[in-house]
Amino acid sequence: MKVLLIAEHDNQHLKASNYHTLTAATQFSHELTVLVIGYHCDTVVHEAQQLSSVNKVLVGDASEYEHQLPENTAIFIADIAKNYEVVLVAASTFGKNILPRVAALLDVAMVSDVVKVISPDTFVRPIYAGNALATVQTQDAIKLLTIRASAFPITPSTDNQAMVEKVPTILPNTLSQFETQELTVSSRPELTAARIIVSGGRGLKSAANFKWIEQLADCLGAAVGASRAAVDAGFAPNDYQVGQTGKVVAPDLYIAIGISGAIQHLAGMKDSKVIVAINNDPDAAIFTVSDYALVADLFTVLPELLTELQSS
Amino acid sequence: MKILVAVKRVVDYTVHIRVKADQSGVETANVKMSMNPFDEIAMEEAVRLKEQGIAKEIVVVSIGNNATQETLRTALAIGADQAILVETEADIQPLAAANILRVIAQQESPQLIILGKQSIDSDNNQTGQMLAGLLNWPQGTFASKLEVQNATVRVTREIDGGLETLRLQLPAVITTDLRLNQPRYLSLPNIVQAKRKPLRVVPVQELMVNIQSRLKTLSVNTPDKRRAGIKVNNVHELIQKLKHEAQVI
Repeated sequence: MKVLLIAEHDNQHLKASNYHTLTAATQFSHELTVLVIGYHCDTVVHEAQQLSSVNKVLVGDASEYEHQLPENTAIFIADIAKNYEVVLVAASTFGKNILPRVAALLDVAMVSDVVKVISPDTFVRPIYAGNALATVQTQDAIKLLTIRASAFPITPSTDNQAMVEKVPTILPNTLSQFETQELTVSSRPELTAARIIVSGGRGLKSAANFKWIEQLADCLGAAVGASRAAVDAGFAPNDYQVGQTGKVVAPDLYIAIGISGAIQHLAGMKDSKVIVAINNDPDAAIFTVSDYALVADLFTVLPELLTELQSS
Repeated sequence: MKILVAVKRVVDYTVHIRVKADQSGVETANVKMSMNPFDEIAMEEAVRLKEQGIAKEIVVVSIGNNATQETLRTALAIGADQAILVETEADIQPLAAANILRVIAQQESPQLIILGKQSIDSDNNQTGQMLAGLLNWPQGTFASKLEVQNATVRVTREIDGGLETLRLQLPAVITTDLRLNQPRYLSLPNIVQAKRKPLRVVPVQELMVNIQSRLKTLSVNTPDKRRAGIKVNNVHELIQKLKHEAQVI
């Protein structure tokens, strides 16, 4: 099968999500093509060449593609995708933004948030915030899939040196313009790639108190997450949100502090290997999914946790 | 300017859904239905643009069976001026929905189309992007802030790493994220008034659009339930368990 993986990157490095998407891609074929679209993205191309099971890297490198805006890049991708049977991209905000537009241009259906590949045309995807799993079969000649990273392990890079082929097509974009980006700068691991996540909810009561969560995360080398309530209240930035419409994570350890456990939040973290919940309400829904439950006041628990972890 | 808002009738977000015994889908009979929460945010944003004097007219559209009229009446009570129901009993997938909305957009010629970023039933997050692609209009997805300026709209988007701001030429398609606004509560006078606003029913066949399902649902299953674990009594016990039993720290 001819399989194309669309790389997610920031013109400097491949995002961690690609290594998960790659695992899904290898379930179709071990001779994959990767498409890198961007501007001055040589280091990304180099990383893509080293991806396991990849034998060709297609590159569209032009200032018109610097911010990968869908108005022109979707046309670029659709033109290439015509030559493939399967096209995959991470189900990140990048993939979700661009792939449906490609699908419309090709007049094919798309399958969102694939968590399992059953056969080359049959996939499992969550619906209703993960409270049901649908097995769907596509009837189209080109299969367009976004891949949920948390459902596939990573495939590490090898000493592979895939060939590079430049695609010279330059498409102008007269419809949209990039203005600014405010990215959360953090030395912590990326939320969707972290081994441990410490997440805070409304129970923290203020942005100042949310700092406890960050301290605890730093103590464990963890990423920081938040419930929708905590983000809406301004305790944490939007990109911390874990849930149905935020990020879906599955770390080895997820520590939920002051989070009641709305189904929308559970949808984003219930596949974590070990879940710890700390909440003063013994009836909180979060306790129905936790492996270790501590019913206690979080303002007493947090200082104790920090002291005990720091001393050990 | 004129704004077109697309809304979907879905199982209410508070309902604990049940998978049908024959695995053909999720039980929707005798279940509370409401407007998709993201579409409510889309509706609210349109009304705010009208209150600011930027929009002149709001047309709301939905696709579904006759009961969907109820959802459209809610949209009219929020503040839409007129409603269109594209009536069908068929299962409408995102590409079909986008094709239907394309025809409606061509008939209505709005400057802005606002939709929810995803519906909380099928969780696809595709229709807005597909519609923008079909119309060859710019798209501002996952929007948390909108500013209409002359012939452009400035959109702040919630992306994985933080926020991104784009400027789009009008006409444009916007999909809403949670923090764009807080939808208002409906007032009784507005609910009463909504009953008198125009609601047009258009049989889907009239639009001459291919609505055939491209994705076949083979089965719908309940995921493996996670079992509740144990209670620990204090921080010391918790840390010991995480270290020696779960071995995750």
